[in-house]
Amino acid sequence: MGKLNLDVEKINKSRQSAKNIADEVQKFIDQHTTVATERTVVRLLGVDGVDEIGKPLPNVVVDNIKEGGGLQRGAAYWMGNAIANLQITPQEIAEKISKGELDITRLPAKDEGKIKEEIYKIAKESVEKIKNVRKTREHFLNTLGEGPKPYLYVIVATGNIYEDIIQAKAAAKQGADVIAVIRTTGQSLLDYVPYGATTEGFGGTYATQENFRLMRRALDEVGEEIGRYIRLTNYCSGLCMPEIAAMGAVERLDMMLNDALYGILFRDINMQRTLIDQFFSRVINGFAGIIINTGEDNYLTTDDAVEAAHTVLASQFINEQFALKAGLKEEQMGLGHAFEMDPSLEDGFLLELAQAEMAREIFPNAPLKYMPPTKFMTGNIFKGHVQNAMFNMVSIMTNQGIQLLGMLTEAIHTPHLHDRYLSIENAKYIFNNARHLSEEIEFKENGRIQQRASEVLDKACDLLAQIEKEGLFQTIEQGKFGGVKRMRDGGKGLDGVCKKDSGYFNPFIELMLGGDK
Amino acid sequence: MTEAQKVDLTKVMPYGDTLNDGVMQLSFTLPVPYGDEAKEAARQIVLKMGFEEASVVYAHDLGVEYTYFIMYAKTRQTVDFTSIEVPKVDVEVMEKEDIENFIKENIKRNIVVVGACTGTDAHTVGIDAIMNMKGYAGHYGLERYEGIEAYNLGSQVPNEELVAKAIELNADAILVSQVVTQKEVHIPNLTELVELLEAEGIRDKVVLVCGGPRITYELAKELGYDAGFGSGSYAEDVATFIVNEIVKRNLINK
Repeated sequence: MGKLNLDVEKINKSRQSAKNIADEVQKFIDQHTTVATERTVVRLLGVDGVDEIGKPLPNVVVDNIKEGGGLQRGAAYWMGNAIANLQITPQEIAEKISKGELDITRLPAKDEGKIKEEIYKIAKESVEKIKNVRKTREHFLNTLGEGPKPYLYVIVATGNIYEDIIQAKAAAKQGADVIAVIRTTGQSLLDYVPYGATTEGFGGTYATQENFRLMRRALDEVGEEIGRYIRLTNYCSGLCMPEIAAMGAVERLDMMLNDALYGILFRDINMQRTLIDQFFSRVINGFAGIIINTGEDNYLTTDDAVEAAHTVLASQFINEQFALKAGLKEEQMGLGHAFEMDPSLEDGFLLELAQAEMAREIFPNAPLKYMPPTKFMTGNIFKGHVQNAMFNMVSIMTNQGIQLLGMLTEAIHTPHLHDRYLSIENAKYIFNNARHLSEEIEFKENGRIQQRASEVLDKACDLLAQIEKEGLFQTIEQGKFGGVKRMRDGGKGLDGVCKKDSGYFNPFIELMLGGDK
Repeated sequence: MTEAQKVDLTKVMPYGDTLNDGVMQLSFTLPVPYGDEAKEAARQIVLKMGFEEASVVYAHDLGVEYTYFIMYAKTRQTVDFTSIEVPKVDVEVMEKEDIENFIKENIKRNIVVVGACTGTDAHTVGIDAIMNMKGYAGHYGLERYEGIEAYNLGSQVPNEELVAKAIELNADAILVSQVVTQKEVHIPNLTELVELLEAEGIRDKVVLVCGGPRITYELAKELGYDAGFGSGSYAEDVATFIVNEIVKRNLINK
C-alpha cells in the first residue's frame, strides 16, 4: 500500500484497538456530565451576558442548579421546567436567577413531555442557526475560494484583539490561509468564559464571543478584498471546552484546537472532566463543520521525537476514534504531528519524511496538521529559517493539510510583523516550487524510509494493544504519552463532574448527531 | 600587496570583509506604506542612529501600509575591548561525576532543586534541558545526578506556587526559566519572585538562579538573583554554580 509499503494488517489491528479503547471510555462519558457541558446547553438555549460582578450568566444558571443538587438531571431539564412554569425565555430565567428572584430547582415539577416540548422548540432553532452559519461558510468557500493545501496557518498573539486584527489582516494579505488567535496565558484553567472585547492578555488574547465576532468580521473583510476565504482558529480546550465550541459554532470559527489528551498532559486538567467535555465539544464542532486540530505534536516537545514517534501515531488512532464517535468526518480531523527531531541527527530528514508520509497514508482523508520545529530552534534566526524550509519541504512532499508556519524567531519572542511575512514567503516559495513533487517520487523498497515507517507502526500497534488491555486512564497514569504522568482523580476540574440520573437529557447531542446535517 | 592590518583591541569596530569597515546588517519594519518615501524614511532613521552610508538593499510591502527593510550601514563607533568587564559565574565548571563527588564530600546530603517555567511562559524547553533526565545535546539533566533531587514543576507556574513548593520541599536551589516573553513581561515576573521569597524570609536560604535566551548574568544579578544563565548553558554549568554556592554561603546545615 502507498509509497511506504505499510502492513495493512497492522493498520487495521491498530485501528481496531483504538476503537475498543474509545468504546470503553465512551461508556464512562455517556454516564456523566460536567458543569461546562451544562453551561454549554444553557448557552445554546440562548443565554448570554454577565451579572453585575461580571460573572457569565451561564455560570450563574449552572451554579444555581448545582447548589440545588440538580446537576445530575441536566440544565435542559431545569430550563425546560422553568419555561413550562413561568412562560419566559431562557435569558429572562438567567437574569431572574442572577437577581436572586428565582431558584431554578425549587419550581414545581411539570410534566416531562411538556418540558421536552418547550426545550426542543428552542434547541431546534439554535441548531438551525448553527446550520445556517455552516452554510454561510460553504457559500464563502464557493464564491471566494480558498488557498491550496497545505493551508498556511499563522498565529497572532498580541493580547489586544484590535492589534491582533492588524496583524491578522497583514498576514492574510501576505498569503496566510488560516489565522489562529492564541489565547492568553492561563485561560484554559478558568472555569468560565470571559465576556466582551478585550485588550489585555499575556502571550495571547482572551477567547470571548465578542473577540471571535470582531476577528471574524475583519477576516471576512480582508477575504473579500483579496478574493480568498480566510479561516479563523481558536482553542477549544481547557475547562470550558464545549462552551468555546458553542461560541465558535455561532461566530463561524473554522478550526479549533480540540484535544482532551493535551489538556490532561500539559495543562493538568482532570482526565474525567475533559474527556466528557471533549465529547460534547466535538459533537458541536462536527455539526458546525469545524476542523479540529489535535495536539500530538506536543508529546515531541517533552519527549524525544525519534524515540516517541510511535506515541504520536497511537494517539492519532485514538483521536480518530473519539472524533468518529462525535460525528466528525475524516475531512474535519486535523490530526497533529510535528517536525521536532534534533537537526544534528544524521538522516533526520529521512525520519521526518517517513513519519509525515506514514501519517498521510494511514489517515488519507484527514487534513493533517503539521507543527514546525520549536525545540531545537536556537536564536540563530538564519539557521532557523533553513530548519523551517526543511519542514516545509517535508510537508509538500507528503501532502500535509495544515501547515503551522515556523517562525525564524521561535524561542525569542512572539512573532513580529515581518517574522510572519518571512515565514509565509518561505512556505509559499517551497510549496509552489515543489508543488507536485509528491506525485513524482516513490521510496526505495525496504530502504531507510520504509523501514523506519514500518518500525514506528509496529511499535504503535503494540502500544495500542497494551492500552486496550489496561485502559486509557491507566495508560495516562503510567506516563506513556509525552512522558507525563497524570492521575485519574488528580488535576483541575474534577469537582465539576457528576453522574447523570435517569431523567437526564441533552437535546443538542441528539439533534446534532442524529439530525439532518 | 600590503599586509593585513592588525586589530587594535582598544578600538574595535564591526567587521564585514575588511578590518574597520564598520559594516552592520539591520532589519526592521516602519509603519508607513511601501514606496520611495518609505525607503528614504528607513535610511534617515538609520543615519540618525549615527550610521553612515546607509543603504536599503531590500524593502517589502507588508500589506497594511507597513514596510519591511533589510539594510546595510557603517558605524564609526569603536569600543575598547581591553577594558571590558562582564560579571559572570566565576567557578570552573565541573563534570557530572565531579559534581556528584563534590556533593558527597562537601555537602554530605542530597540537595533539593526546584525548577519551573514561570508566569506566562509556556515554553519548557530550557528548564527541561537543564532538569530532565535526558538533558540536552548529550548533557544529562539534573534528574540524573546522584545527590540531587530535582523537581521540574513545568510551565506557566505562578510565582506563589513555586515559592510554596520550594518551602514544602525545603529546597536548596530554585531555578526559573523564561524563554519566550512578550513585551518584556519576564522582568516584572522575575522581580516578583524575589520579592515573594524575601517576604517569606527565605531568600537568604536558597540559591536563586534564572535562565533563558534573554537572560544574562548581569541582568540576573541586577534583578536580585545569584546567577543567570543564557543560551548554550547545560546542567553541569548550573549544578556547578549551585553546589559551590551552597558551600560558599554555608547553606549546608539549614
